[in-house]
Amino acid sequence: MIEFRNVGKFYGSFRALDDVTETIARGEVVVISGPSGSGKSTLIRTINRLEPIDSGQILLFGQDIHRPGLDVDRFRSGIGFVFQQFNLFPHLSALDNCTLAPMKVRGVSEAEARERALALLDRVGLADKARSYPAQLSGGQQQRVAIARALAMEPPLMLFDEPTSALDPEMVSEVLLVIRDLAHQGQTLVCVTHEMGFAREVADRILFMDEGKILERATPEDFFDRPQHPRTQQFLSDLRSPFARNV
Amino acid sequence: MSIDLSIVLSGEFGQWLLRGFLLSIELTLVTLVLAFPLATVVALLRLSPWKALRGIGFAYVEGIRNVPLLAHLMFWYFGATQLLPEAARTWLYEHDAETICAIVALTLYTAAFMAEDVRSGIRSIPGTQLEAARALGIGYLRSMRLVVLPQAVRIIVPPLISQTLSLWKNTSIATVIGTAELMYQAQRVETATFRGVETFAVTTVAYLAVSCVITLIGVFYQRRYPVRAA
Amino acid sequence: MIDLIHNYWLYFLIGQYPDGPLGGLALTLLLGVAALGLALPLGIVLGLARTSSLRALRWPVTALVYVVRGTPLLMVIFWAYFFLPAVTGHQTSQFTTMLAALVLFNGAYLAEIVRAGIQGIPRGQSECARALGLGYWQSMRAVILPQALRNMLPSLVAQFVTTLKETSLGYIIGLSEVSFIAGQINAQVITQPVQVYTILALTYFLMCFGLSRVVRVLEKRGERSVATQ
Repeated sequence: MIEFRNVGKFYGSFRALDDVTETIARGEVVVISGPSGSGKSTLIRTINRLEPIDSGQILLFGQDIHRPGLDVDRFRSGIGFVFQQFNLFPHLSALDNCTLAPMKVRGVSEAEARERALALLDRVGLADKARSYPAQLSGGQQQRVAIARALAMEPPLMLFDEPTSALDPEMVSEVLLVIRDLAHQGQTLVCVTHEMGFAREVADRILFMDEGKILERATPEDFFDRPQHPRTQQFLSDLRSPFARNV
Repeated sequence: MSIDLSIVLSGEFGQWLLRGFLLSIELTLVTLVLAFPLATVVALLRLSPWKALRGIGFAYVEGIRNVPLLAHLMFWYFGATQLLPEAARTWLYEHDAETICAIVALTLYTAAFMAEDVRSGIRSIPGTQLEAARALGIGYLRSMRLVVLPQAVRIIVPPLISQTLSLWKNTSIATVIGTAELMYQAQRVETATFRGVETFAVTTVAYLAVSCVITLIGVFYQRRYPVRAA
Repeated sequence: MIDLIHNYWLYFLIGQYPDGPLGGLALTLLLGVAALGLALPLGIVLGLARTSSLRALRWPVTALVYVVRGTPLLMVIFWAYFFLPAVTGHQTSQFTTMLAALVLFNGAYLAEIVRAGIQGIPRGQSECARALGLGYWQSMRAVILPQALRNMLPSLVAQFVTTLKETSLGYIIGLSEVSFIAGQINAQVITQPVQVYTILALTYFLMCFGLSRVVRVLEKRGERSVATQ
């Protein structure tokens, strides 16, 4: 479904992505992990063109998505993106946040959009908060609304950019549970995260990145029990230190 | 020398002052309606990703703001009208050229200042809001309209009210090209009655009264819609 | 256009001098500098009054500032024009009239800038000065005002730009500043109004745009020095 071919990207003279080549199949749940600055957020943002690339190709369903003539908006409406900082629209209620895109981009009728939005909010456990505004919701609740908002467009692909990194610890699990349910329902999913417990339980594959390169790709068992690359081994041992909260 | 307000307030002279007052209000309202959309367009030009468009916006704002309103008025009334074809010019002079030129000058001038206020308001909305809307597939202009501008409005209104106050006072300068607004009429009345104190006192009160109303509107707005801390 | 500039450039720049009083661009600049120069002390006095704890001082000054700011400058000019002679007892020249009006008008605006500048200095500064034994006036003069004025510098230059534009209103009382001269030139030449007024606009633009660039440089320098504190 997604194919990266020798993708490279620079920020000025800093190499953010270094000759990345990878394929992600339909229905796969892929977790991307690695230390800060490794390029994992950059990589996921290139998939829906929030970041441009300098070399190589990214193919979605066989189409080069960074080519000049692409209708960017239509393309993006087929991909759901969940941000680290939720980015809900503060002047709209939770329900309106979820109905905005279907109504304005797809031309869905208000009644139908609302019905679908309420069903999605129910799915993330927030049906009773439909009329609340973001300022009235906790971080975990806001992020769940953000997930419902992305799902409202019924995208074949869902991208998560460190969805729980901005949350207080006690709210992390409520969001991870929602993402896990999506994975179990067969949604194609790419998630950048530090939550290793989540990765172990939910991912089909884990990609480890450092300095713009994918250093290791493995199933969760192989990744945690038999890491190949020295950098991966170091990363995992740092995570297992007494002060780490994840593993 | 006794002070007698009635001479200035009643009869013919009172009528002149009243008509001038109403024209001043009309100039203010018409200019506001025209200047705000123009200001928004210029602000969006200055914020656009293309250097050429940003340059046009910058040139407009700096070119207009650095020239006094008096010079603008003289340019449009004495200069630009001569560039028009004969027929247009005749039509213009038959249809209150002074007011039309005043509106053109005032609109362009006020829009240049308002554009900066609109621009700061839009810039104060975090870029991530636009990003989130675009990630949903909503186009740039629509994202501006549906997500960024509604949030920016609350921040933009107070400085715009301040611009309206300046605009109200600026209408007085149109007198130099013969627009028959309040200041012009006040001069007429003074020349006819030699009652400087009364005429100018009444005129000053009239300007102050509207300034007061505009300021109060601003106070009420800020009380009712305080700027939400993000 | 070249002929126009060739024939009238001197008149445009200095008016009828030396056959008459100074005029044109030179007069505009002179008036602007004099007006701001005199308005600043007035603005400081009024600004201090606005921040004073004495109500008898604060209220009348606040009222004065609001009245002046709610009135068009043109109105203030007319008041000065008609009533300065009566008040001072003798004929006032157009220059003096315009100067008086500009000083009063800008003094009121500067009062607000000064007030904001003073209130922007952290309270700890004045507390420290008083703790050292300095009296109110001493701490103002030695500690608060110097810092406030330095922070206000960009706003002051911006106000100077506004003052230069305001000098154009001298046209209405026949003061020979640069806009009036432009009008005179236009009346003589008749056939080139667009060129005359475009040159006028360009002159103001170069002056004011140049000064506002200076404001930006000052603002940036101010930000940097705060960051290193």
